[in-house]
Amino acid sequence: MLSTIFAILFYLATTVLIVGLVYRIQLYARTPAPLKIPTTPAPVTAQGVVLRMFREVVFFESLFKANKWTWLFGWVFHAALLLVVLRHLRYFTEPVWLWVTWIQPFGKYAGFAMLAGLIALWGRRFLVERIRYISGPSDHLMLMLLIGIAVSGLMMKYVAHTDIVSLKAFVLGLLHFNWQPLPADPVLLVHLSLVLVLMFIFPVSKLLHAPGVFFSPGRNQVDNPREKRHLAPWAAALDASRSKPGANS
Amino acid sequence: MADFDTIQINTLFEIPVLNPGVMKDSSPFVAAPEHQEALGFPGELVDDWQARAIEKFAELLKNSRALQVYMDGCVKCGACTDKCHYFLGTGDPKNMPVARQDLLRKIYRRYFTFAGKYFPKLVGAEDLTKEVLDDWYSYFHQCSQCRRCSVYCPYGIDTAEISMAAREIMDHIGKGQKYCNEIIGKVHKIGNNLGLPEKALINTLEDLEEDIEDETGVAVRIPVNEKGADILLVTPSADFFAEPHIDGLIGYAKVFHAAGVSWTVSSYASEAANFAMFIGSQEQMKMLTDRIRKAAEDLGVKRIIFGECGHAWRVAYNFMNTLSGPFDFLDPNYPVPQHICEFTWDLIQKGELNLDKSKNDHMTLTFHDSCNVARGSRMGDTPGGQFEIPRAIIRAVCNNFVDMAADTIGEATFCCGGGGGLLTDDLMEIRTKGASPRMTALQEVVEEHGVTHMAAICAICKTQFAKIMPKYGIGMDRIVSLHQLVSNAIILDGQDESESEADDETAEHVATA
Repeated sequence: MLSTIFAILFYLATTVLIVGLVYRIQLYARTPAPLKIPTTPAPVTAQGVVLRMFREVVFFESLFKANKWTWLFGWVFHAALLLVVLRHLRYFTEPVWLWVTWIQPFGKYAGFAMLAGLIALWGRRFLVERIRYISGPSDHLMLMLLIGIAVSGLMMKYVAHTDIVSLKAFVLGLLHFNWQPLPADPVLLVHLSLVLVLMFIFPVSKLLHAPGVFFSPGRNQVDNPREKRHLAPWAAALDASRSKPGANS
Repeated sequence: MADFDTIQINTLFEIPVLNPGVMKDSSPFVAAPEHQEALGFPGELVDDWQARAIEKFAELLKNSRALQVYMDGCVKCGACTDKCHYFLGTGDPKNMPVARQDLLRKIYRRYFTFAGKYFPKLVGAEDLTKEVLDDWYSYFHQCSQCRRCSVYCPYGIDTAEISMAAREIMDHIGKGQKYCNEIIGKVHKIGNNLGLPEKALINTLEDLEEDIEDETGVAVRIPVNEKGADILLVTPSADFFAEPHIDGLIGYAKVFHAAGVSWTVSSYASEAANFAMFIGSQEQMKMLTDRIRKAAEDLGVKRIIFGECGHAWRVAYNFMNTLSGPFDFLDPNYPVPQHICEFTWDLIQKGELNLDKSKNDHMTLTFHDSCNVARGSRMGDTPGGQFEIPRAIIRAVCNNFVDMAADTIGEATFCCGGGGGLLTDDLMEIRTKGASPRMTALQEVVEEHGVTHMAAICAICKTQFAKIMPKYGIGMDRIVSLHQLVSNAIILDGQDESESEADDETAEHVATA
């Protein structure tokens, strides 16, 4: 019964996550960017923009300029989260990919770095007056959710081991539509439930910053308006409405 | 209203303690029905304004990827919270960029998102009420659209785009701002922000030609509506008679004269400024750039050059090609448009200007990067040319130049406090307070390096500083046009040297505050 509920929930959450994200990304991609608005100085070539986005997404360049503490906590959290997620691939693959086994030792400790980053980020929301002012209930809840996921995960690794072999069988069963029982370990169930919540809210929350950053015109536009005429559909329509080229009034 | 007549300058960038609501009542005069209707907006607040606002908001979201992504993407990390000059100057938390954005975002969430429709309290979603509209009107007119916050946002969220959208919505429900909308109407009707008709313009510029000849002994021309000229100069109308703008115009005229090119201003397009950007109206913005295109076609020029004006350069550089292009009828050997600084720097590099730097020895200069030039455009071929070229010109015409603190110039430059459609007397309090970070940085180089003057390349900056600096105990004549420095240093062929002494200003120190 428990296994069935979780199996159904995971299918549902995955569907919501993927459909929601695809819808959102399509919306961002389809919405026109009528004018050139890169924050300058900006790259003057497409390759330059790729490099700028890379620095932004991998190193959080702008945040580094803004506030070193926020950058440190934020970057540590995100980098650790990435390692932790990659580490979890071992529960989804059989045989486990070689590079996934290589990152295991780092991934294990990344859990602590992730938790430390989250707690520091949450602390700012109480201790810094300006950040306290702009923090709403959802901002606190999001951090609580992530901290809950991190703590429950670490507990299974370092305090109360769960039956990881059965868990992996359950996960592989989901992937191959050959359902297997889920160990009824309370810590595990908490961990999985919180992950489910995260998956459900991802496409309707501020977590949309993840896909959104790639669509930010302030960052992803090439600074070449004089060299190449930027023409979005909006402007093209106005162009067409002119009686003839160069005869506008 | 607080007493803000004389402001004590604080330690640089001391982040203020929050003072909620302190600037709540600072809002500009509302546009009169005639100013609204001239632009096709409702004359006054319409009865069903909530519905109309949401409708307009939906339309903007559909047509602007920036707005859509910026509404969704903020994680409230707080990186921007101490970056706005209006927040630093007032302590009002709604002047923190994220909080300003949230005035619009909470409505977005309520009407356009799943979370805001079903769990409004959780995500800070709110109904669009009269109180919210009042907050919009106050706080979206306390944003100079300078984009400083967008430099620091990890997602590049640009509060300028958001305040433009908010103003566009307010215009469409009949609550526009008098200052901007009245001025845009004047450009439609007469051709410039000042409402200076053709005849007056010609007379003014003839007088100016006489002044230059009296001073230099050289007949330097400032032609108006001259068909067949090579270059159309489009410059802010303030250059035609405001101080210190007009000294910049004299500088452009001398540079053109020395270069031996034929040029003209147009009375039909006698305005570089494009206040339609401030109100976020692309249609209005296009109507104004179309005037420039038409003037260029009618006069048969080969090139278009813009004078010293920050937001005008952003519109010209970034938007004009999209809105009114292609400009394939102009000479393809030159960028369209060019900035006067690019033109002057090119001549200096080629050694075509005869310059005597010692003519500016009575001054020690610093340079104020105007926000729309710094963060919204470029000069030259490489990123950052907008910082290097003006400084290179100053170094070529002055012996004494010192930059202000690194975190107050370049892409981190602080707004003068009067940009974005705020340069109006009804917003004097916010203008004064918003200038405080720049005044602080200026004060520092005055005290440490004996800086006497600050140069700028923006008509709004110049007007704002001339008005605001006295409130900080700095003389209003301490703000100069960049091309005024060029004008001082340039020696024209046949110039009468004995008459061409630069202003007799002593190098007395700027501040007494």
